[in-house]
Amino acid sequence: MARVLLFGPLRDLAGWRERDLDPAPASVFALRDLLAAEDAELGAALSGPGVQVALDQMIVRGDAALTPRSEVAFLPPMSGG
Amino acid sequence: MITLTGQAFDPGALLTEFSRNRAETGAVATFTGLARAEGGEARVLELEAYPGFTEARIGEIAQTARARFALDDLMILHRVGKIEPGEPIVFVATAARHRREAFEACDFLMDYLKSRAPFWKKEHGPEGARWIEPRVQDHADIARWETPA
Repeated sequence: MARVLLFGPLRDLAGWRERDLDPAPASVFALRDLLAAEDAELGAALSGPGVQVALDQMIVRGDAALTPRSEVAFLPPMSGG
Repeated sequence: MITLTGQAFDPGALLTEFSRNRAETGAVATFTGLARAEGGEARVLELEAYPGFTEARIGEIAQTARARFALDDLMILHRVGKIEPGEPIVFVATAARHRREAFEACDFLMDYLKSRAPFWKKEHGPEGARWIEPRVQDHADIARWETPA
């Protein structure tokens, strides 16, 4: 089971903040494809400019592999403090 | 010490506490950021953080400041959640033997917090809510520290 977290405008767009996916997709790319298949607008936003992905709280690339207990966060451009 | 809080705070009380029991510190500098009303309209700011991740990234900024300036100590407190106009959003304190290091480290920390700290900011105004984009000025402020003085 992978936990997915959305922040900022992505959360408003999707209408949810947190979801568990079981089984966990193989990679960040696969996870994004899965979400895009359900919600094309969200899928486009997740691959939008400046969106970073954190895997277990570390910034990773899209090909990063997930484990069954991964936490994946999609981080749109940050506005700072 | 780095803290995120959903509660309003008193900068004066934080300064008193931070300054206590310091025999070798000669200077404490602080900065308090307040939520502006922006023309008197009823605007509420909402700050979202990624718990754990946000503190860790702010911790990296703090480490950079400690490596660059001779600090005895530093403290960063940042609000999250909804913030009313006039309320403090952020409090930064630095302690050093001499004032220059304390002033500069405080300035440095604020410039990096404003542009690099992982927060998402939403403004609730009379015409609805909108997410705030990073400001170009915030990035220009950081550039001050990246070129040799």
